[in-house]
Amino acid sequence: MNLGEKMTLNTNLKNILLVAFTTLLLSACSTAKKSGELDGDVYTGKETVEYLASGVPDRVFFATNKSSLTTKSRETLRKQASYLRKNKNLNITIEGHADERGTREYNLALGERRANAARDYLMTYGISGKRISVISYGKEKPVNPKSSSVAWSQNRRSVTVKVN
Amino acid sequence: MKKFFLAIIFNILFLNNLFALIEVDITRGNLDPLPIAVSPLHVDIKSEEFKNLKIKNLGEEISLIIEKNFRNTGLFNPLKKDAFVQKPDIAHLKPRFEDWRLIKAQALVTGKLLIKDEKLKVEFRLWDLAAAQEMTALAFTTTPSNWRRVAHIISDKIYERLTGEEGYFDTRIIYVAESGPKNQRVKKLAIMDQDGFNTKYLTLGNELVLTPRFNPTNQMVTYMSYFRNMPRVYLLDIETGTQEVVGNFPGMTFAPRFSPDGKKIIMSFAKDGNSDIYTMDLESRVVERITEHSSIDTSPSFSPDGKFIAFNSDRSGLQQIYVMRSDGSNVKRITFGKGIYGTPVWSPRGDLIAFTKMHKGRFYIGVMRIDGTGERLLTENYYQEAPSWSPNGRVLVFYRETKAGEKGEGFTAKLWSIDITGYNERRLSTKTDASDPSWSSLLSK
Repeated sequence: MNLGEKMTLNTNLKNILLVAFTTLLLSACSTAKKSGELDGDVYTGKETVEYLASGVPDRVFFATNKSSLTTKSRETLRKQASYLRKNKNLNITIEGHADERGTREYNLALGERRANAARDYLMTYGISGKRISVISYGKEKPVNPKSSSVAWSQNRRSVTVKVN
Repeated sequence: MKKFFLAIIFNILFLNNLFALIEVDITRGNLDPLPIAVSPLHVDIKSEEFKNLKIKNLGEEISLIIEKNFRNTGLFNPLKKDAFVQKPDIAHLKPRFEDWRLIKAQALVTGKLLIKDEKLKVEFRLWDLAAAQEMTALAFTTTPSNWRRVAHIISDKIYERLTGEEGYFDTRIIYVAESGPKNQRVKKLAIMDQDGFNTKYLTLGNELVLTPRFNPTNQMVTYMSYFRNMPRVYLLDIETGTQEVVGNFPGMTFAPRFSPDGKKIIMSFAKDGNSDIYTMDLESRVVERITEHSSIDTSPSFSPDGKFIAFNSDRSGLQQIYVMRSDGSNVKRITFGKGIYGTPVWSPRGDLIAFTKMHKGRFYIGVMRIDGTGERLLTENYYQEAPSWSPNGRVLVFYRETKAGEKGEGFTAKLWSIDITGYNERRLSTKTDASDPSWSSLLSK
């Protein structure tokens, strides 16, 4: 018996239509949220942020599915670079993270790409790659467990952690 | 774990010498489930005690497992036992067909068992009630502690006889058992029978573990672990418990799967922000690079003949599914629909690819032909991903997460299954929250 040949098209079509209809309904309900803490969907607030030293934030935030650094992220990383230049014996790990709205395996890769984006930027500001290790946690370690667009924006991050 | 691959001896008692009249239509799911009566198996009074097994109830217990398996397919309607008209031993010899037809049964399962010399001997028969004839019969001997597997094997044989397809009941599912708050999840590798029984934990939860997958013989598992905070692909021998890192990669390896011959592991290796697909031959340890592209290439899955690999890549900008030859040549994008696509998994029959689709903030599990045509979305939800095929290619198991509140409350992760027709969506029973399921092949094959 060949399943593929006997697949009933009618029922399948119904399913697809039903799904399509639900999607329409849902997308109609959601309106774009404006928040003072978000620029596009990149987090710009201070909640969850920790500091390597006074005035040196430990993390930068990313847009959905992106690993490019915003102007504000570059500013933060330049502060980190300057701090690391002053503390020559300090080594760091950059943790890359993704939000929960993606497949697990892709998010692992995305976290790695984000951590490396931060690493590359620090290196262009004179920090030796030998002082920087990277690790991706994908979506496994959310800093904010809530299911909301602000929480997700806080979770799309790379965090610089001192290792010694 | 020890009796995992215990050999079971089959003796075919009677050959099917006539064509059966009943046949279950498997193309439409639960529209018209076949009424089937599963008589308790008769327990031979000569049966001897075995450990703490309650022999008296064993025949009934086995019949209940068979019923549950059948009900869960959505294709069968097991009838209530209180309407049964014949004693199990007499029905097993020769049913009074007209009496069973009165309770609207179309098929009847009967059987008997005997425990002697520390062996469980079981036989069963499947009867076509309309045609008043036996359809199939089988007897086998195994260790008594295997009695649940006996029920699953009987279920498989009957399913096969009535649908014309291989069953999927004598199988296991490996998954990640989850506990604790959402931002401090503890994750362990867990393995259970397909019906949720015999759960065993294979890791202690000291380190994060993800994405376990069986090899074709179900003896080995490849998975990802953050042991010593080094995210790497591991190989685990289920019987001995021995584990090893796969390869000697200077960075994160992830998204592992076995090749269909079990000789290689295919996975992603991330370096300097770029993830590409590699294979490692488990015997020669030779590592081969399969993709070389500045994008993220991950979630690789071999076709069952080993000639092709499906994977997802964001080389076009967003995650889409691609198919290439197993040497990495001839890369072709196959998804062009609205939304983004990930986690392609090749069906064991080779004709379909299951996937996760994300579109307008919703998540879908679907199937498509291997060239990307004929996309069918089976289920839509807030969050779900990572389909894995039943060994007969009929059912997909995947995991689904719920929305969390302010402090992560309300968050759950559960395993679900759905028929590839889009019918019969069910939650699988697991002892804890669960994710990343992988379905074994038939254990007794």
